[in-house]
Amino acid sequence: MDVTLAGLAAGLKARRFSSVELTREALARAEASQGALNTLISITAESALAAAAVADQRLARGEGGPLTGVPMIHKDIFCTAGVLTTCASRMLSNFVAPYDATVVAKLRAAGMVMVGKANMDEFAMGSSNETSYYGPVMNPWDLARVPGGSSGGSAAAVAARLAPLATATDTGGSIRQPAALCGVTGIKPTYGRVSRYGMIAFASSLDQAGVITITAEDAALALTAMAGFDPKDSTSVDAPVPDYAATLAAPLAGLKVGIVKEFFGEGLASEVEGPVREVLAVLTKLGAQVREVSLPSLPLSVPTYYVVAPAECSSNLARFDGVRYGYRCKDPKDLIDLYKRSRAEGFGAEVKRRIMTGTYVLSAGYYDAYYLKAQKVRALITADFRRAFGEVDLLLGPTSPTVAFGIGDKTSDPITMYLNDIYTIGANLAGLPALSMPCGFAGGLPVGVQLIGPHFGEARLLNAAHRYQQETDWHLKAPAGFKAGFAP
Amino acid sequence: MSLTPKQIESIAHLARLELKPEEISAYAGSLGSILDMISQLEKADTGNLEPMAHPLEGQVQRLRADQATSGNERDLYQRNAPQVEAGLYLVPRVIE
Repeated sequence: MDVTLAGLAAGLKARRFSSVELTREALARAEASQGALNTLISITAESALAAAAVADQRLARGEGGPLTGVPMIHKDIFCTAGVLTTCASRMLSNFVAPYDATVVAKLRAAGMVMVGKANMDEFAMGSSNETSYYGPVMNPWDLARVPGGSSGGSAAAVAARLAPLATATDTGGSIRQPAALCGVTGIKPTYGRVSRYGMIAFASSLDQAGVITITAEDAALALTAMAGFDPKDSTSVDAPVPDYAATLAAPLAGLKVGIVKEFFGEGLASEVEGPVREVLAVLTKLGAQVREVSLPSLPLSVPTYYVVAPAECSSNLARFDGVRYGYRCKDPKDLIDLYKRSRAEGFGAEVKRRIMTGTYVLSAGYYDAYYLKAQKVRALITADFRRAFGEVDLLLGPTSPTVAFGIGDKTSDPITMYLNDIYTIGANLAGLPALSMPCGFAGGLPVGVQLIGPHFGEARLLNAAHRYQQETDWHLKAPAGFKAGFAP
Repeated sequence: MSLTPKQIESIAHLARLELKPEEISAYAGSLGSILDMISQLEKADTGNLEPMAHPLEGQVQRLRADQATSGNERDLYQRNAPQVEAGLYLVPRVIE
């Protein structure tokens, strides 16, 4: 079908259309959607058409792989040489990256055509895409609602069929939660699986790059190209990358799926719980065995995260000082004034809140009570996951406690906003791969189901998701008002 | 838990953030509620558990040899600098 990455690649190969035609279509859609959705911070028409022409030459010579010539979007957290890279912050609103992130270089080498850079929460801090200096992103299923965050632009762009693939990053749920709220598929790989070189840092013990697509098959194709050891990232793991597409169709007979008891308690909307539970029937029909598992320390994920992530953010964002790059205030009276006003004017309210939270928990006299304690609780949560993966192959639960909420509904109370990530944070704390995919609708809005796997269990996650998507068509539903296919 | 305006000012100073008076009271409120939420961690029985140092068991941060691996890119990098002169980054006078 000419809607997915795999479908478009087949169309290119069969010469039904060229990469230049496909890219023109993607650019036209990007331009046309901006007023309603605001998914993009930059549209890179000129370089996209040049890259598409090169891809067409490669394809004409019979070269190129499964990604060659297909348009895509990078989250604006990835450095792109010679292109504005803002992280959706005023602080970097003038920053032209001097080099490519490894993810950018790899997808370019695979022949993918970048048509633009996606809007996001500022420095990836947010769950609704409302903290962006470039304004909120609107959910294509209901323009009065948020797309989720922080990869809200990436998820909304794929949902609105601007491109079949967008890169994204996940520190506490920033790939999975917007994927759920926008009705698309998103995978956060194992910590260290994909290089973070050139990906602007938020919380270094949690951050991981991944991808948002329409299907699990497309995610498998992209992840195979993105993953792998990179000497430029000291957290990158030196382990071989399987061909994730090769095992997609493997049977699920005997697969042990654990329903996480703690994910189905108070706070979960019943309209979300229903469709998530229905996934079990499909997986059972495919031969999976379902049982309940308990991760008793999991409810402490949110408080643990809000010590660890702000602590690491306060240290990572110390580099933005108005001296070497980024925003500088007018007429600083001395060096301290330059630092303080450049940072005060360059960062938005939520970023400042997290920097201050982190500064406080790391300050003299509090380190043991907060940071060290949180890292011990993190060990407890990780041990819970390890125990669970002794009994089952995959864990299943909702991705988000509710469907997409209204723009402005949760901005006044940070704690209410933070609780959106209650089901997603655990995988980041334990470094586990996790995926969200569409599993139904509630009141016309998409519902997402989350699968969590053991370390380096991406192939099994994608396999289970692919088999589910062969039985259902939730993932192929497109919002009204946007074209369902891509082909020109 | 509530934080005093003086505590907020001191945190903001450590973080090198200039705050307006209305921001001080707003952050006192929201940081207070975040710290209340975080205080749930006190109940957790962590006994003799070692604090987690890496998300992957047994992994440690890899180090590389202390050798230059790329050329001098100063001019390229300084294109993003707010103010440079003769290859130097300019800041307000520090020494009178």
